[in-house]
Amino acid sequence: MKELKLMKGNEAIAHAAIRYGVDGYFGYPITPQSEVMETLMAEKPWDTTGMVVLQAESEVASINMVYGGAGCGKRVMTSSSSPGVSLMQEGLTYLAGSELPCVVVNVVRGGPGLGTIQPAQSDYFQAVKGGGHGDYKLITLAPASVQEMADFVEDAFELAFKYRNPVMILSDGIIGQMMEKVELKEFKPRWTPEYIEENFPWATTGKKKGQERRIITSVELDPYVMEDFNYRLQAKYKACEENEVRYEKIMCDDAEYLLVAYGSSARICQKSVEIAREKGIKVGMLRPITLYPFPEKQLKDLAAQVKGILSVEMSAGQMIEDIKLAVECKIPVQHYGRLGGIIHSPGEVIEALEQKIIGG
Amino acid sequence: MSDTNTIISPENLIYKKTDVLLDNTMHYCPGCSHGTVHKLIAEVIDELGIQETTIGIAPVGCSVLAYNYIDIDWQEAAHGRAPALATAVKRLMPEKNVFSYQGDGDLAAIGTAETIHACNRGENIVMIFINNGIYGMTGGQMAPTTLPGMPASTCPAGRDVSHDGAPIKISELLAQLPGTCYVTRQAVHTAANVRKAKKAIRKAFENQQANKGTSLIEVVSTCNSGWKMSPVQANKWMEEHMFSYYPLGDLKDE
Repeated sequence: MKELKLMKGNEAIAHAAIRYGVDGYFGYPITPQSEVMETLMAEKPWDTTGMVVLQAESEVASINMVYGGAGCGKRVMTSSSSPGVSLMQEGLTYLAGSELPCVVVNVVRGGPGLGTIQPAQSDYFQAVKGGGHGDYKLITLAPASVQEMADFVEDAFELAFKYRNPVMILSDGIIGQMMEKVELKEFKPRWTPEYIEENFPWATTGKKKGQERRIITSVELDPYVMEDFNYRLQAKYKACEENEVRYEKIMCDDAEYLLVAYGSSARICQKSVEIAREKGIKVGMLRPITLYPFPEKQLKDLAAQVKGILSVEMSAGQMIEDIKLAVECKIPVQHYGRLGGIIHSPGEVIEALEQKIIGG
Repeated sequence: MSDTNTIISPENLIYKKTDVLLDNTMHYCPGCSHGTVHKLIAEVIDELGIQETTIGIAPVGCSVLAYNYIDIDWQEAAHGRAPALATAVKRLMPEKNVFSYQGDGDLAAIGTAETIHACNRGENIVMIFINNGIYGMTGGQMAPTTLPGMPASTCPAGRDVSHDGAPIKISELLAQLPGTCYVTRQAVHTAANVRKAKKAIRKAFENQQANKGTSLIEVVSTCNSGWKMSPVQANKWMEEHMFSYYPLGDLKDE
């Protein structure tokens, strides 16, 4: 049964995971996302859906538990915040290298180092450029509301299994902590062992008689075989880039200037667009929903229409690099964003637009 | 004189390599203990009839390619993380038999946290721990279990306890944890020891089937290449030096 509830983004992740039929969650507490595991522990899904929830000894352990579960064809996930996700980079490159599906939620806080527990968007590079060693990518979804926190759990798992690749939900401390109404979907049953057996011929579920043994691994000592594997991986990413780009356009039809923002910055920029329009400035916004694959083509098209782009991100300027690549520096592209846990206001964004783009 | 075909006829068969051990040529050095331990695990899986329900977790180290030799489903873990993988595999599929196979660097250095906490939670798994006191695959560097005074490529003058600390007796440490039900130290350098080690491995898998908690089998082993000794010299050196620091026998059996 669908239900309408008021809750935090972090809580929505937990409820959506249970309702979607996730098999396992492995995590380690870190602010500002501890409510994910706390909600799961309070809900006791092991009694209802049979979902396993386990507090690991570290983020290193939790991502490797995710690897073990994913290798069995189970739908498994973890969540953490920036310093914890840094610890998971080893596991993520092994997951990508072994072509295992899983979902990792990063409720980003300010860095570098221990940084702050306040929200930031300074983990963009880490999320969309790979993060760990080797040529791999994380499919990255950026929710901008509590509703999307819930909805993207399902979307992320679907992408993860479609491409046999880890998917990151790149959220931040605002979306994780703020309360909004959210429609929770109806409960779905977890996959049965028979379903897994039928659909995932790679899953290590025990070698049946007359069947080849299954091996989940990322090691290959023959460099030619390894090169072929890498080409195959890149082909997979190319297919993902062609098929999975998601974005939202707001008031772009007649826009002369464009804001590009994702996650909580997109929420702020939505207000900036409203205010700017009242002032007579024709501003639109492109909100990338997938950060990888990035809406390059859409930006390139918009670059032929607008006079300049302001990339708004709570960082020193990370996404701006992808925007510049997309528009091939044909129009001015500038960055604006507060740092270290400070959230920019809609007014500050307009000021930056006026100074850096319109007046610049 | 009877011809070979008569000698190998079925009625004369007194020993057969288990089918669970694959025919792939092993990459291990002559005299290495890994091959023997692999064979014992394969025999136990065969005898318990659990080939279809067993999932092995391979480590990083010389046995990184263990999945080429034992005919079961395998997952290859990042260095030291095998107990975390095993934890999830077993928790998500409690009806399966799950074991990790790890060396000393993997289990007692880089993966110490994963090892201790899997044991402390009493994960219902088997951990096979090959302790040869050296990093074999990377070329003979000092291990957490390298003996005092024992030379390695990163301590060419021998392990200096005042600089590197004493070798860690991880099995003694793990035996203290309530989550472990069986912790034993074995060797496979003589026929008698091979028989004992096999019994221990079998018991560990039976413990798992009885939901008793974590069973850990340390196998004190040689590394001829890393130790720069012949297999015979290595066995002798192990008896004279390793066994006094790592005495064989059960540390815990509940």
